[in-house]
Amino acid sequence: MSDYNFAYLDEQTKRMIRRAILKGLAIPGYQVPFASREMPMPYGWGTGGVQVSAAVLTPDDTFKVIDQGADDTTNAVSIRRFFQKTAGVAVTEVTSEASVIQTRHRIPEEVLREDQILVYQVPIPEPLRFLEPSEVETRKMHALEEYGLMHVKLYEDISLHGDIATAYAYPVKVEGRYVMDPSPIPKFDNPKLEMSAIQLFGAGREQRIYAIPPYTQVVSLDFDDYPFRPTKADHACDLCGAGDSYLDELIVDDKGGRMFMCSDTDYCSTRRRHGHVGAKGVPYDEDAA
Amino acid sequence: MTPLLQVEDIAKFYGARIGCSDVSFDLYPGEVMGIVGESGSGKSTLLNCLAGHNTPDRGTVRFDTRADGLRDTITMSEPERRMLGRTDWAFVHQHARDGLRMNVSAGGNVGERLMAVNARHYGEIRASAIDWLGRVEISEDRIDDRPTTFSGGMQQRLQIARNLVTGPRLVFMDEPTGGLDVSVQARLLDLLRGLVREMNLSAIIVTHDLAVVRLLADRLMVMKDGRVIETGLTDQVLDDPQHAYTQLLVSSVLQV
Repeated sequence: MSDYNFAYLDEQTKRMIRRAILKGLAIPGYQVPFASREMPMPYGWGTGGVQVSAAVLTPDDTFKVIDQGADDTTNAVSIRRFFQKTAGVAVTEVTSEASVIQTRHRIPEEVLREDQILVYQVPIPEPLRFLEPSEVETRKMHALEEYGLMHVKLYEDISLHGDIATAYAYPVKVEGRYVMDPSPIPKFDNPKLEMSAIQLFGAGREQRIYAIPPYTQVVSLDFDDYPFRPTKADHACDLCGAGDSYLDELIVDDKGGRMFMCSDTDYCSTRRRHGHVGAKGVPYDEDAA
Repeated sequence: MTPLLQVEDIAKFYGARIGCSDVSFDLYPGEVMGIVGESGSGKSTLLNCLAGHNTPDRGTVRFDTRADGLRDTITMSEPERRMLGRTDWAFVHQHARDGLRMNVSAGGNVGERLMAVNARHYGEIRASAIDWLGRVEISEDRIDDRPTTFSGGMQQRLQIARNLVTGPRLVFMDEPTGGLDVSVQARLLDLLRGLVREMNLSAIIVTHDLAVVRLLADRLMVMKDGRVIETGLTDQVLDDPQHAYTQLLVSSVLQV
């Protein structure tokens, strides 16, 4: 056990954050201001997500952290260790075993259940920010449901690139009311936002928390003649052969060689453990790692 | 005939100072009214009160809405007023940068008001943007350029296109020709005069340039120190000014 209070934050702070979370769940997609604390990591590393995780974790939870789908990147490892040390909770890399999953930039490929919570790290919670710099004005636009401006961004995409080129942080409308930034997840993940698990979004620097309750309607914005299409690399995973997962592209030499692999490392290794092998993969070896 | 806009006893104070006071008039459909006066005479304050950008301290502004007839725009709810602001009303700012989104293409600028009233078909939005750019004499191949690459006169014409695309019935203009050189001014005025007649627009034009009102306005209101000192038909006021200040104003115009 450590000298930290359970999950680092003091109890009053966790209560404050829980109130914001409950309000967020009651008004799906609405950005609830909260008094974000200094965390022992820089802004941009997931201070919002960490505070939300700290507020929802209980000693019985099993915690998983992914960064761009991977369990073994610096950001994921350091946040996982942080809660191992300050909360003493069990940790896992297996999506189905986790009860709280903190994520940056991805939704796990595996379908989440009702007893799971997905916590997103959010850099800029305001979807209208780059079009309307004034916070007073954007809040008014949310309050009065004036979302024409969001389509101006999509219009610009089509006129400049021939198609809706926004590939991540693709704006969505939640339960027919609030337009929301789903954090920088690829638009491939947008259809998964309608899920059975609770989704919580924490933006530490911007001091906002928002949420999508289970089974909430989430619609990606589009035009009648340019409908929303989730996209991924037109390829199958070279390691596990999956054709339905979101892929990372890796340059493997200086002669133009490249390979594609699942960005969700747990999904990929689970498939390989079950005997799936991709074009450049080798059979799964339990001791290889 | 119902007036399009009924203004009664509008007053706006900045602390103890008068912004504008005791202003009343009716504006009928298709009518263009000019408001002239020197800097600080309360012209812009009055215009902002009428357009809902400022709340007057006294008085009523009634607008003939399409759905419910005459409604007081000061006491109506903010969503309703903002809805009017992007459908039946248009506001042309003196500086085009105040009325345009400078980091959005010309087509996006024109299309914004359409998308704000739920146009969701890209092809149709783009077609009407092209149509409107043509009507304000901006060539079609500039549609994807940002207004930052436009000259002052083009920016002002783009602002006008952006405002008129939803077919408003009432246009507020605050010094629409300010800061432009005379030949560009002349073209802009010509364009405005054509559009006003063609679309049967009503307009309220604030300016200190008497030539502008001579060309565009049917009626004239002369303001000084926040109060209206003379009203009448434009030609009547300009050719036979009654009030000493109006006489001064008319005689101050430089003759070339």
